[in-house]
Amino acid sequence: MIAFNHVTKSFSEDNIAVKDVNLTVEKGHIVVLLGPSGCGKTTLLRMVNRLESISNGEIMINNKNSMELDAIELRRNIGYVIQSNGLFPNMTIEDNVMIVPDLLGWSKQKKRERFTYLMKLIGLDAQDYRKRYPHELSGGQQQRIGVIRALAADPPVMLMDEPFGALDPIIREKIQDEFLQIQREVKKTILFVSHDIDEAIKMADKIVLMRDGEIMQYDTPSEMLAHPKNEYVSKFFGKDRALKSLSLHTVKNLQDIIGLAPIDATIRDTKTIHVHQDLRTTLSMLMNQEADQVVVTNDQDENIGSITIDHVQKYLHFEIKGELSVSQEG
Amino acid sequence: MNSKKLIAYSVRLVLYALVILFFGWIIKNHYFDYIFSESSTFLVLMRQHIELVVVSSVIAIIIAIPAGILITRPKFRKAEWVVSIIVNFLQTIPNLAVLALMISVLGIGFKTAVFALFLYSILPIFRNTVAGLDSIDKNLIDAAKGMGMKPSQILFRIELPNAVYSILAGVRTAVVLNIGTAALAYVIGGGGLGVWIFTGIQLFDNGYLLSGAIPVTLLAILADYLLRKLENVLVPKGSRREANT
Amino acid sequence: MGIYYLSMQVLEGGFTLEEWLRFLEVNTPRILELTLDHAVLVTIAIVVALIIGVPMGIYLTTNEYLAGTILQAASITLTIPSIALFGLMIPIFSLINQGIGFLPAFVALVLYSQLPIIRNTYTAIKNVDPNMRDAAIGMGMKTHQRLLRVEIPNALPVIMAGIRTAVVLNIGIGVIAAYIGAGGLGVLITQGISRGDNYLIISGSLAVALLAIVADAILLLIQKRFTTKEIVN
Repeated sequence: MIAFNHVTKSFSEDNIAVKDVNLTVEKGHIVVLLGPSGCGKTTLLRMVNRLESISNGEIMINNKNSMELDAIELRRNIGYVIQSNGLFPNMTIEDNVMIVPDLLGWSKQKKRERFTYLMKLIGLDAQDYRKRYPHELSGGQQQRIGVIRALAADPPVMLMDEPFGALDPIIREKIQDEFLQIQREVKKTILFVSHDIDEAIKMADKIVLMRDGEIMQYDTPSEMLAHPKNEYVSKFFGKDRALKSLSLHTVKNLQDIIGLAPIDATIRDTKTIHVHQDLRTTLSMLMNQEADQVVVTNDQDENIGSITIDHVQKYLHFEIKGELSVSQEG
Repeated sequence: MNSKKLIAYSVRLVLYALVILFFGWIIKNHYFDYIFSESSTFLVLMRQHIELVVVSSVIAIIIAIPAGILITRPKFRKAEWVVSIIVNFLQTIPNLAVLALMISVLGIGFKTAVFALFLYSILPIFRNTVAGLDSIDKNLIDAAKGMGMKPSQILFRIELPNAVYSILAGVRTAVVLNIGTAALAYVIGGGGLGVWIFTGIQLFDNGYLLSGAIPVTLLAILADYLLRKLENVLVPKGSRREANT
Repeated sequence: MGIYYLSMQVLEGGFTLEEWLRFLEVNTPRILELTLDHAVLVTIAIVVALIIGVPMGIYLTTNEYLAGTILQAASITLTIPSIALFGLMIPIFSLINQGIGFLPAFVALVLYSQLPIIRNTYTAIKNVDPNMRDAAIGMGMKTHQRLLRVEIPNALPVIMAGIRTAVVLNIGIGVIAAYIGAGGLGVLITQGISRGDNYLIISGSLAVALLAIVADAILLLIQKRFTTKEIVN
């Protein structure tokens, strides 16, 4: 758990990067710090592992005041991932990943086992990559190595500063999915900086929307899309925030509320979508008219029905717009 | 394609031929005879020359690399631009002048020459050490800090290994320059192969001239070659590709 | 601090400011004359080196095999100690009775300039954005038009950097040329050594240092004048 109590960061008298921030990151949650550049999100993140000093207030990490801990010890217990992966070109992949365990004095055996385990998490062959160097890897692979390096000593807390920002969209999406998969297994407390709304909605248990060093709203993604607290928040997420919120709902949700249509066996040009995929993907598939019919499949790969634009529209109306109109009245 | 290759090979051939022709001409005119007839003097001068270079270079390395590390530490970083202006100015002072000015400090002789050579070798090593450390991606340092590495660990595990290429290039430049400057040590009584070169110039004796100049040249080319080989050994495999392109 | 200590030592070894000013009063015309000689030697050498080196560098971009050979040869040339290269020149030029004086010094300086000039021209032209080259070809430029209008202007800053390296290098090496009778500021230093006269040595070396700094500044100015702002960035 990370708790910010009245945290302020001022570089000079009229350059205040973070203003009196109060925030609690629950254990095992991903909290995304979202906002335009210069809003103080990165500074806030870097104060946690004390790469930036705290001008005022305190940051509690698992109920311990970070200022009372030794900075070096503190950092070794916090995973840190940055945008430009920060892999050391002079070290092999294994040495890079195992750097914190090495600093902590782990045995060779233990390090090797951990390396093999971590590489398995990201689906790379440990034996194959052990002696390779960062420059021999693709950008996506390097970034994944950067992520497991932060996980190496199994720290309870992780800081990620736009970790996937430099990747192209297709690879970024893949790695986001993979990371969520890993998070389900390792359940770290994660503070994640992003300027990408879609990424925030996808990754976050809760989003902190920041502006000029202040928190505009701290909420779950669906809550933030449905009930923006002020004009800034609703503007930030844009007019299409209803559409954006579709990515928070799955075909399963829709099926539970309004059900699916039967499959028309006479239509031959069909595409399938998995019941756990989100409605935004479904909608774009429908809109792109890649097929005359979109068939829904379940975990057992059985076809359980079909879905149309009408379904999505209905669901949007009942589930999301209903909420939106309520929020606008309030 | 083939005609280009042909041109390249013939140019190479011509260059080889010129070198062979040159040495043939030297041997035919007995210009290398002193090396054999006065072999004991030659060996003494050769040894002096190597001593001058090795002693001054080693001291220069011991002083310049730590100085370069020191000036790039956060505490002294602010002074870096002042130092670099001074260093750039000192670099324009001719090597002969450095040697000459040392006479009034230490008199003439071997020690004076070593000291002057040492002074002259500091600059390239210092410059390249600073450049090498400065060129390291700031994100790497940030990542290292964020993972909980101590300043000394960052220096020895990240900064120095990634700056080794640049530092060694500085050492190579310094040593090669040093071999040439040591040939001037004669003018301040420092000995070395320069003795024969200058004797040759003064006496219009091509024998002395070439028996001094060619070994010095070979020494410089050999040192350059060996230090390049050393780079291949010392530069970490992962940063090598970056360094070479 | 070390520099200060050393300079104090030098001053103690027979040097006062008043004496030096008096020395300069008498010797300034001579120093200026030698500076001019020095500058002329270096300038002629650089001009000739450019006439050889730039076209060579451009040609090498079209012939990789030759590029390897030439760059290696030029790099070996640069490792040859200056006094040794002068020493090698004397017997060779003696064959045409020019062993001592301007010619061997001039040839040595031209040789030394080749590596920085050829290498920088070669890399600069090689590194011109291939898209830019494609665009030029696509617009129907002939090879020489492309070179003169696109490639050379874009490569200019790097080529100029090579020229500056060569000039500063040559001004330093030109000092040694005094020993083979080529004149220049080296004369002051060599006379100073043989007479044990610090005023000659210090005046000579400062003149050399200043000449190098001024030459570098002038070339930098020329470089900026002939480079469009976009390329500088």
